[in-house]
Amino acid sequence: MNKQFVSFVTAGDPSMEKTKEFIDVLAEYSDIIEIGIPFSDPVAEGPVIEMANVRALSAGVTTDDVFSMLEEVSFPKMVILTYFNPVFVYGLDRFFAECKRTKVYAVIIPDVPYEERDEVLVHSKRYGVHFITMIAPTSAERVKMLAKDAAGFIYLVSSMGVTGIRSELSVDLTKIVEQIREVTDTPIMIGFGISDRKQADMMRGIADGVIVGSAIVGIIAEHGNDSAPKIRQFLKEIN
Amino acid sequence: MNVKKGKFNGFGGQYVPETLMNALIELERAYEFHRQDNSFNEELTALLKNYAGRPSLLYFAENMTKDLCGAKIYLKREDMNHTGSHKINNVLGQALLAKRMGKTRLIAETGAGQHGVATATAASLLKMECEVFMGEEDISRQALNVYRMKLLGAKVHTVTSGTRTLKDAVNETLREWTRRVHDTHYLLGSAVGPHPFPTMVRDFQSVISEEAREQILAETGELPKAVIACVGGGSNAIGAFRHFIDDKDVELIGCEAGGKGIDTEQHASTVTTGTVGVFHGMKTLFCQDEYGQIAPVHSISAGLDYPGVGPEHAALHASGRAKYVPVTDDEAVAAFEYLSRMEGIIPAIESAHAVAYAMKYAKDYKGAIIVCLSGRGDKDVSSIARHKGETIYE
Repeated sequence: MNKQFVSFVTAGDPSMEKTKEFIDVLAEYSDIIEIGIPFSDPVAEGPVIEMANVRALSAGVTTDDVFSMLEEVSFPKMVILTYFNPVFVYGLDRFFAECKRTKVYAVIIPDVPYEERDEVLVHSKRYGVHFITMIAPTSAERVKMLAKDAAGFIYLVSSMGVTGIRSELSVDLTKIVEQIREVTDTPIMIGFGISDRKQADMMRGIADGVIVGSAIVGIIAEHGNDSAPKIRQFLKEIN
Repeated sequence: MNVKKGKFNGFGGQYVPETLMNALIELERAYEFHRQDNSFNEELTALLKNYAGRPSLLYFAENMTKDLCGAKIYLKREDMNHTGSHKINNVLGQALLAKRMGKTRLIAETGAGQHGVATATAASLLKMECEVFMGEEDISRQALNVYRMKLLGAKVHTVTSGTRTLKDAVNETLREWTRRVHDTHYLLGSAVGPHPFPTMVRDFQSVISEEAREQILAETGELPKAVIACVGGGSNAIGAFRHFIDDKDVELIGCEAGGKGIDTEQHASTVTTGTVGVFHGMKTLFCQDEYGQIAPVHSISAGLDYPGVGPEHAALHASGRAKYVPVTDDEAVAAFEYLSRMEGIIPAIESAHAVAYAMKYAKDYKGAIIVCLSGRGDKDVSSIARHKGETIYE
């Protein structure tokens, strides 16, 4: 089976027009594209994506702007990543209705764990939008419970801590993947800290695909409006 | 009031990334076990008595009472605890718990520095590692406490993200906990965050009202008309309210940071002006915009400069059992000076918010009122001097 590639950018960093341009580039290499709705306090992010959130909010990006942009995107598997507060305050029903209207494939909300997921699932199911299950190296005996009814794909966190590039990825993920496989065939994508071809290939050997975020966002931080060719070059190298 | 574990009439919960869930479950289990355990409770009670100096006094502020011509004002003297505030109550409880859980390292956020100092103190006493996260803005307005923490052997990290205050310090401490959870306990300083923190912090702070209730009954023979405390996250307030909640005739009043006025954007009056949201692991009230972006808040007091409030306060507000009122920077500064001159007690600028409310409304009450004097004001002297246009050199 071909391994899948999931890419991530923060919406509105540095502007909505540029985000659309970057999505066109990401689409050339990705099976799934995650788009981040910026939040003032992204506690699961390392400094690279945190700063992207700051840039996007400084540019005045709102949740409505993100949905307006998604209307114009034809890529089949667009995923929204954001925190629970922007979703909750927007209104869960309204949020997932907008997801359906703009053909969003799935939603990732890192700060809604299994214990609190019911209030999200009610709405995601109503509108037929997947709510992505995250599994962490610390999940231990929770793995099977979490994976059992996972839909869309499983986001397997590669290492402890927040998002961001790491020189080494040391957690033994093979065992977690085996545990997941005992209860579901839902594709497993590994993310957090993957920044080069070598790491990506290692993770491809374990799971169904990789998620790359901070490395792409880091390019945007450095090159701003001129990032598109640099992103293309990076995607070529890592794929 | 608990319908579901960790929920206060729908507020609270455990909204954290999966990475932290096992740590929270482990903490919850350990807490449930040790709170029932005699040896744990004996050790904690002994530390509170012999190290923190409890019980704290319930002081009759006679000059203030005469001056204001109304209620008899009693001050619950948490400022006289070791390290100078109520923070030590919770810190000793959690540090002992962490030690029993086999953790060797404490991390903590701090706003005014009082919680950081208390945590550094407990770490020194119990021979644990300690790292404190503090916003850059708070580091400059609470320089004395920064040095105290270092003196006690803690490492202080400057937080430069976001608004560079308490909220951002919590963000960074949560991130650090995510990175290193196996040997580390996040010693959260307020009655906020994911379950079990709001419950655990409340329980450890309940010693305030447990003592105060007995003391006021012994002193006056009746319950007070009101209990007044300042509210940032709300740990001293929930501790001061706890044992009076079932006494329906005792009014419970939380004083929020009104900053430059709640008609401006520069305040931190979460209950008065906020809306329901989910952040820092809990569903509660927040100062935020229509898209759920957390608002930059303001208070002269670093300890009250927080855009959220503990979930139990949100529930007490919703049920009408407690009321929450804004007190401005100027009113707090006036109360800071008033109590210093009237009673020879320099309150923390946080606690001065509660004193200010008592000053305003003492005449409306007959009988006794208790004001929780959550901390002492030594740390605030130079910043109040600056506020008044004076420069002093420490």
